[in-house]
Amino acid sequence: MERIALLASTICYLFVFGHTLYALGAGRFQPGRFNLLAVALGAASQGWYLSMRGAVEHSCPIGSLSETLVFLSWSIALIYLVIGPAYRLSLMGAFTAPLLLLLQIIALLLPGDVGQASVRPGPWVESHAALSLVAFGAFGLACIAGLMFLVQEAQLKSRRPAAIFHHLPPISALAEAVRRLLWAGFLLLTLSFAAGWLAHIPIAGVKFWFSLLIWVLYAGLILGARTGLLSGRRKALGAALTFLLVLLLLPVIQHFSAR
Amino acid sequence: MNILCAGLNHRTAHLDVRERFAVRESEMAEVLGRVRAIDGVSGAVMLSTCNRVELYAASLCPLRALEGFRSILSERAGLEAPLYHHDTPQAVRHLFRVASGLDSMVIGETEILGQVKKAYSVASGAGAATRPLHRLFQHAFRVAKSVRTETQITTGPTSVGSVAVELAGKIFGSLEGRRVMILGAGEISERTARSLQSRGVRSVIVSNRTYERAAALAAEIGGMALHFDHWEKAFADIDILISSTNAPHMILTPGKLAPLMRLRGGAPLFVIDLAVPRDADAAINDLDGVFLYDIDSLEQIAAESLTVRRKEVDRCESLIEEHVGGFIGWLRSVHAPEGGRIAS
Repeated sequence: MERIALLASTICYLFVFGHTLYALGAGRFQPGRFNLLAVALGAASQGWYLSMRGAVEHSCPIGSLSETLVFLSWSIALIYLVIGPAYRLSLMGAFTAPLLLLLQIIALLLPGDVGQASVRPGPWVESHAALSLVAFGAFGLACIAGLMFLVQEAQLKSRRPAAIFHHLPPISALAEAVRRLLWAGFLLLTLSFAAGWLAHIPIAGVKFWFSLLIWVLYAGLILGARTGLLSGRRKALGAALTFLLVLLLLPVIQHFSAR
Repeated sequence: MNILCAGLNHRTAHLDVRERFAVRESEMAEVLGRVRAIDGVSGAVMLSTCNRVELYAASLCPLRALEGFRSILSERAGLEAPLYHHDTPQAVRHLFRVASGLDSMVIGETEILGQVKKAYSVASGAGAATRPLHRLFQHAFRVAKSVRTETQITTGPTSVGSVAVELAGKIFGSLEGRRVMILGAGEISERTARSLQSRGVRSVIVSNRTYERAAALAAEIGGMALHFDHWEKAFADIDILISSTNAPHMILTPGKLAPLMRLRGGAPLFVIDLAVPRDADAAINDLDGVFLYDIDSLEQIAAESLTVRRKEVDRCESLIEEHVGGFIGWLRSVHAPEGGRIAS
């Protein structure tokens, strides 16, 4: 049953990706309902999967890298469902779908074995884990908005914009989305660290330094943008590259995570 | 029952002629009343825009209706009306093409649909639109919507002003409250500034080597004049810079703009260089947050949009053809053909 839920969500994200590619190719792209509905169904299937895993583990279902990736992908989808329609960020679903799809496929390929918990589950531990993944969900979407900014900026700079230019949102809206998502992610990550500190989680050296590095990088991005030192382009590039680093470090952090 | 279309448009008559035959909204009820008084005409809708004057009439005898309409127009204008005319089903096809923007001077323009809706509403209000015409125009609105959503006939801007507006929209989102500076009080920069103003640009600063000319243009478009030597002082507050000076050298260079951009706190700047020779060094486009478009690039985008639209015409025509068939089918089902006039 768990596998079916995971497969169902993967199919939903595959549909969003394929449908957008087809619609763009046919020149009939209209942002909206189909993609939003498919992402909503995908997120619901992921929620179903995570609730089944949670019931088995009696804790937040992030005991394996596979579960962590599904949780992260779920967070990104949920945040997209909130901010995508609100800011009328057309095509965001098309940019988000490949990332969700990638995370889902990796999750499907990885073994779902849950390791031995070295920390007794409790409200602070669960809050620490859940908040940090929701924070990374916000950073993931900041990365997507940043990539969209870079594409639209390149279109504008080229002076010969292609068809996609007409479907992408204005760069000012994308820059604002990146700013808000970075702030949301940063606040959630800080809260998650505070929850981890209150939970007295024993933290391995590597995990501590990697986590601190990520926190410092996002703090630097926010500060740089706020003081005007970072242009919209650099902020967008920073959001995209930092999240890429997060994805690369995630298995390491997961490995050293104490549950 | 037949549908007759008769009129003149931008292709068949010059503006001097078209304006003689134009019918103002205040005169429309009277003209429609005269058309309906023609023997055999049961209903009429008249479309009068800057590019066309057309009558759509439901009539038992299209030839008599055509001659009656010709004499009404000729009498009003004081010269012979050079009318084209279409009978069923061409008249139906023509209206569907007009409402979809396929018969417009700029293919795919959407203003015409509003004008067709207005003409129909005026005729309905005057009691001149009868059942076949109600059905015909409602069908035309559906066709126009379908053509617009299912093809790319309305894609992209088609004039320098509208390209500038679209690009500004893709940089800033809403143009509400944005500030524009015009360097060099030329006619094309004025037109471009007006296009931007029509989309909500709040303030326009005009700077020209001759201050009096700047002041005159500023007064005309509701802006503010600034001495040319001081334009850099207002730089931090503007969003869009339209340049069209007669300077023999570049006045916007990376060396000059880079320090000024640092004062803007990362805010983007849209530079529209309409001058020939150019005022802006192409290298400023490489600066972070600067988006430079010269007259060639603006015109190229407009031309590309038109090319895309032209390529879509065939798709639009086939969509229209399906709808023409649908309407003729309905007309035939409710009105027996008069002497076989309704062609299949």
